[in-house]
Amino acid sequence: MSEPRIVVCMKVVPKPEEIRVNPQTHLLERANVHTEINPPDMNAIEMALKLQNEYGGSVEILSMGPPSFEHDLRVGLMMGADHIYLLSDRAFGGADTLATTYTLSQGIRKLGPVDVIILGEESSDGATGQVPQGLAEWLDLPQLTLLTDLSLDMEARCARGRRSIKGGYELLEVPLPCVVSVKTACNEPRFMDYRLKQRAAVADLMTIWDAQDLNTDAECTGLKGSPTTVTGLTAAQLRERKQIHITGTREEIAAKLAELIRQLL
Amino acid sequence: MSASIYSPAEERKEIWVYLEQDDGALLQITLELLSKGREMADATGWRLVGLLLGDNVAHLADLAFAHGADAVQAGEHALLKFFTIEAYAQAAFQALIEGKPSVFLLGATPNGRDLAARLAVRLRTGLNADCTELHLESPEGLLISEVSGFGGGVLALIGMPHHRPQMATVRPGVFQVNGGTTGKQGELVNIPVVLDERLMRTRILERNIAGSVDISQTPVLVAAGRGVGADLTDLWQLAAQLGGDLGATRPLVDMGLVERDRQVGQTGVVCSPKLALCCGISGAFHFIVGIEKAGTVIAINTDPQSAIFDSADYCIVEDARSIIPELNKALAGAGEVEHE
Ligand SMILES: Cc1cc2nc3c(=O)[nH]c(=O)nc-3n(C[C@H](O)[C@H](O)[C@H](O)COP(=O)(O)OP(=O)(O)OC[C@H]3O[C@@H](n4cnc5c(N)ncnc54)[C@H](O)[C@@H]3O)c2cc1C
Ligand SMILES: Nc1ncnc2c1ncn2[C@@H]1O[C@H](COP(=O)(O)O)[C@@H](O)[C@H]1O
Repeated sequence: MSEPRIVVCMKVVPKPEEIRVNPQTHLLERANVHTEINPPDMNAIEMALKLQNEYGGSVEILSMGPPSFEHDLRVGLMMGADHIYLLSDRAFGGADTLATTYTLSQGIRKLGPVDVIILGEESSDGATGQVPQGLAEWLDLPQLTLLTDLSLDMEARCARGRRSIKGGYELLEVPLPCVVSVKTACNEPRFMDYRLKQRAAVADLMTIWDAQDLNTDAECTGLKGSPTTVTGLTAAQLRERKQIHITGTREEIAAKLAELIRQLL
Repeated sequence: MSASIYSPAEERKEIWVYLEQDDGALLQITLELLSKGREMADATGWRLVGLLLGDNVAHLADLAFAHGADAVQAGEHALLKFFTIEAYAQAAFQALIEGKPSVFLLGATPNGRDLAARLAVRLRTGLNADCTELHLESPEGLLISEVSGFGGGVLALIGMPHHRPQMATVRPGVFQVNGGTTGKQGELVNIPVVLDERLMRTRILERNIAGSVDISQTPVLVAAGRGVGADLTDLWQLAAQLGGDLGATRPLVDMGLVERDRQVGQTGVVCSPKLALCCGISGAFHFIVGIEKAGTVIAINTDPQSAIFDSADYCIVEDARSIIPELNKALAGAGEVEHE
């Protein structure tokens, strides 16, 4: 029985709490901002590594982004992934979902036959949660989204997942290969294994592919391939609130609160 | 630039709303979308059309008419009884390339997101996800969507000038439902749905929905954070006493203390209660997004510097675990609170 070839799509993002919008230029100030692996993608790689522990096979990381992603992505190697493929080219910059999913799909095609492609639920800088489905569409593959659990049957060549939906769950089955998105926080991402640190530093474990390698259509990648355009950017304004303090002993506070609530409702 | 399947020149001046239904009932978000859609249709003189897919669901059109739809396109098929991405994407795609609407809106629900994201690629168009505001610019009809990024701290305005349909998914709870006019008529169009069993790749082995929780409409939200500890008994009691419901921050949900449907915030539910009582919550932006629509916010936190107080109308610097039982006692003295 064959062992699964698993690909995890991961992205590196600026830490959200460090991002500011410049009030004059209305541009994002990204300089000196720390980056990290998109937190939901940690749940994705954990699911992939668990599958590998159970069924064998390999776990490869696929990411589209600038060369600066490398440092953070190597964390994935230290968690146990086998290889990183970074899709990097100036022409890929400024991509929205359509262009991103197209480019990632070209990366998958270049990888050759794979069994399961696992993505996070959403990226914390965009939080759009549409790359997994869009990628599945480009590749014409079935999808299982928002999974908290996934098992494979390599003999029958199918994947079975537990999809979390409002008020409960669905158990779904699709044939392999398939695209999967993982429900954020559904598992505990493992720590880096420092015994793997040496191995992770090895240059051979990362391959960079550019537009030529991927044979991408220049009309479909990056800013050019993106239907959407940002017309404005502002820091979100929180609603002004009264900020009246209620003080006293606990009994007094409770009495005042009870009175206040009665008036409000 | 690559072109969408149909271009702005071919579009019909129509706003389409996806009428998501589950088990034969329209979701609340569809009424929110229709209400917002009606407003935009009135401002531009465009038509508002609902797209309804399912098995024996055409009767739901009346509710859509009542909330402002001029027409409903109903596609019915046995393979649409339950949501599978293959069947729904195929049926919606057929309807869209036939109808060529300028704008297509869906709710940012699990199925709505899945459907929207696949359709957007199939139509080679853009998709603005999880929008919190929409403007249809008159007269050209460019849809400007407001989306939040970086945990809600940054708002971006996004448009797509050259691709159609202009697609957006909208976060549930951000638009108000208009009163609705019962008996209002509209045009019901039955559209053909061509589906083949062989297209289906998803098998639903089991569906387990344990009466879903919906805190988005509760009049009183008692929200629990990590500061209240693992015992939520007093907060449940308070919520019950006030005729409200319990919500929580994400860490409590992650710890399994409450169901995921009770998570308030960016990746949870946007609530619009008359009153929100935040207990032991630090006030992260991710959370605050979920109570921005609350009439009044009361916060209890031991840390006077806590950010939650910037977003509160009434601030109590105290141990929530002591105040809540006292409050329960004080309220019990006065009998139950009634809502109109
Ligand atoms: C992509 C992303 C999406 C997210 N989405 C959401 C979301 O939708 N909703 C959400 O809630 N979070 C979300 N989060 C997490 C969010 O950033 C915060 O971490 C979370 O809201 C903090 O929860 P908390 O306030 O309960 O806990 P903490 O931040 O730990 O705060 C606990 C508070 O309790 C106070 N406290 C301690 N003891 C007491 C006491 N006895 N009485 C009163 N007060 C006490 C403390 O002073 C502190 O302010 C998201 C994060 C990410 C990265
Ligand atoms: N540039 C990228 N490279 C690799 N994976 C990505 C990229 N962008 C998004 N993804 C994947 O798609 C998921 C959903 O992202 P999004 O649709 O942007 O919210 C993320 O959790 C990642 O797994």
